[in-house]
Amino acid sequence: MAKLTIDELRKKREEARKGIYLRQGEFKGKIIVHMGTCGVAAGARQIVSAFMEEIEESGRKDVMLTTSGCAGLCSREPMATVETLNTPPVKYIDLTPDKVKKIFKTHIMEGNIAAEYAIGIGSERGG
Amino acid sequence: MAVRRIDLMLCTGTGCVAGGAFRIKDTIENEITKYGLQNEVSVVITGCNGSCGQGPLMVVQPDGIFYGWLKPEDIPFLVQEHFLKGRPVKRLMFVPLERKEPVPLMSNIPFFQKQMLIVLRNKGIIDPEKIDEYIARDGYTAIEKVLPLMKPDEVIEEIMRSGLRGRGGAGFPTGRKWKVCSDERKFPKYIIGNCDEGDPGAYMDRSLFESDPHSVIEGMTIAAYAIGASRGYIYVRTEYPLAIRRMQIALSQARDYGLLGKKILGSDFDFDVEIREGSGAFVCGEETSLIHSIEGKSPEPRQRPPFPAQIGIWGCPTVINNVETLATVPVIINRGADWFSKIGTATSKGTKIFSLVGKINNTGLIEVPMGIALREIIYEIGGGIPKNKKFKAVQTGGPSGGCIPNNLIGLPIDYESLTKSGSMMGSGGMIVMDEDTCMVDVAKFFIQFTNDESCGKCTACRDGSEALLEVLTRISEGEGKEGDVEFLEELGLAIKDASMCGLGTTLPNPILSTVRYFKDEYEAHIREKQCPARVCKKLIKYYVDPDRCVGCLLCVKTCPVSAIKGELKYIHIIDQSLCTKCGQCLEICPPRIAAVTKLTGKEARELQSLPGPIPVAEWKKTKSASKGDFRFTPYREETDREHRGDNEVP
Repeated sequence: MAKLTIDELRKKREEARKGIYLRQGEFKGKIIVHMGTCGVAAGARQIVSAFMEEIEESGRKDVMLTTSGCAGLCSREPMATVETLNTPPVKYIDLTPDKVKKIFKTHIMEGNIAAEYAIGIGSERGG
Repeated sequence: MAVRRIDLMLCTGTGCVAGGAFRIKDTIENEITKYGLQNEVSVVITGCNGSCGQGPLMVVQPDGIFYGWLKPEDIPFLVQEHFLKGRPVKRLMFVPLERKEPVPLMSNIPFFQKQMLIVLRNKGIIDPEKIDEYIARDGYTAIEKVLPLMKPDEVIEEIMRSGLRGRGGAGFPTGRKWKVCSDERKFPKYIIGNCDEGDPGAYMDRSLFESDPHSVIEGMTIAAYAIGASRGYIYVRTEYPLAIRRMQIALSQARDYGLLGKKILGSDFDFDVEIREGSGAFVCGEETSLIHSIEGKSPEPRQRPPFPAQIGIWGCPTVINNVETLATVPVIINRGADWFSKIGTATSKGTKIFSLVGKINNTGLIEVPMGIALREIIYEIGGGIPKNKKFKAVQTGGPSGGCIPNNLIGLPIDYESLTKSGSMMGSGGMIVMDEDTCMVDVAKFFIQFTNDESCGKCTACRDGSEALLEVLTRISEGEGKEGDVEFLEELGLAIKDASMCGLGTTLPNPILSTVRYFKDEYEAHIREKQCPARVCKKLIKYYVDPDRCVGCLLCVKTCPVSAIKGELKYIHIIDQSLCTKCGQCLEICPPRIAAVTKLTGKEARELQSLPGPIPVAEWKKTKSASKGDFRFTPYREETDREHRGDNEVP
């Protein structure tokens, strides 16, 4: 391998950062797919895959995709909670891969709530 | 590259590897492939996470969920539940002792919360075998800054201003050491990274190599640039195979990238590093011995001055820094001396890694700011003493350090206060002792160690340690006499004065500090022939209390030398002439029975065992008839019994 110059090292660093972004904890957007038994049965796995495709396509490295248990509204699964930095989380219901596409574009990329699929803003208060 | 959604940061420090971390890695990889998750979930091996007591362990990112005590058989369920279905598995999470609820997030576990990571900034975050991951975490930015922008003198000035002091033990200001060497006009010059870690129970340097070897390489390169060296050695003990392998990988990757070798990053600066393996003699941690060892000579220290910074390896000016010191350097360059000097106390700046071992709930590797109170380390990070026992003392600085007693628990941890308390910073071992530790026995253990490790060059150290050991052994066997303690003190001070190197001048510390804080224990051994902690074998007797024994045969079956006589429902009797005092009968006796006890001193000497086996029922009858006729009131370890295993009476 050729010896690096300072500029090449910097370029390498930019490239390498993409490889470890999951561990750095600096995220601007967070998507939580609810995967209780109800969610899984309603097809939450597909929703996870759909969100992953969107993230990959967009090239965004600051969006965290994670999963959690049942959100409590089992009849409207699959559900996801989407949150961007310094804004309240929004819950989306009855998801399909097509809806995921739109939600990702509107909410994550453009920063607006995709109101037609949302059930509410904010989360339950902690007890 | 497909987008990943989960990184599993699996600890593969030596501790976790010994616990089967690589088997767990294989199992996880098989399972995730089974579910077709191999593109979404990746297993990343990292160096020591620090929480070694919970190993094998891993942290799930980006959520930061901590799983400990992993077993291969847990993995299929974990993969299915968490990584496929997205439901974190509570039963594999960390549960603090005082609480019943598991703590899912690593960042909420007190062990991690109180730490401050500078040297170990990349631990558990990067794969130590991939240079790109180090680079991604701002690795080699300090070299990028130093080579084109700073003159060697400016680098030295920056390190001096930061207040960084050697992390290997003595705490000599690093900048000043570099300055002395840089002022020498003789060339070539050398830099040596000292990773000869010999203290029992200490593994800071090893973990550093295993988790982030490039930080040491970067620090060494900067040091070499500052003093004008073009060659470096890493001296590491051969009994650290994983650490050596990771360092070798790191070195060859750095060479590939041109971060070592000729004309680094296009500058005029050449530098390369070679690993030298030592065979693990304790004295080799001493600078001049280390140099002799690399030169292929017998590792005996020599008189200083001249210091190695003036006349070192092959007669050339040489800086020897502990590897922890070197790993701190890139951060100081990046973030500035002002930032660094704000951390810590007036004279001790920055952070220090400690390995917290012994009688402590959370065994592990911690990095804390200087000046932190001992209490915080023991109770908050360490989670206190197991089995609700009392904290008695902590030995810092390894065999050359001393014991800090319970009443100094508020002591701020920095170079000066440790020295003032009769101990020392040393390389950072912290061995915690509880009330069941005998201080005479502890002193004996460490003197035995230094006596073995003394190179034999100075009479004071070689024969002095022998004499100390002889007296300590006598005391622990109940043969101590008046004046022994004074003799130990006097000889200890003489050895300190008359030895040449650090080994000899510090070896009496365990005795001097235990005599200072626990004189009563020495006196009990000497005058009462009694070991208050019931450790010294010659001074204790195991005894089955007839009032409590139910005749269950557990101890009879367990005794490896068949010293316990008894039949079912007959009171068991220990034959003192056969007993080897291994303590297994005490371990096995169920806590609610608690019949086996240890006696010492007068109790032990005047012990009258029952003449022969008596049925338990009969004994109870005689007892109630002649109240208090045959009765000992032996010492009872109540707290211990409550927490001992739940051995059931058959």
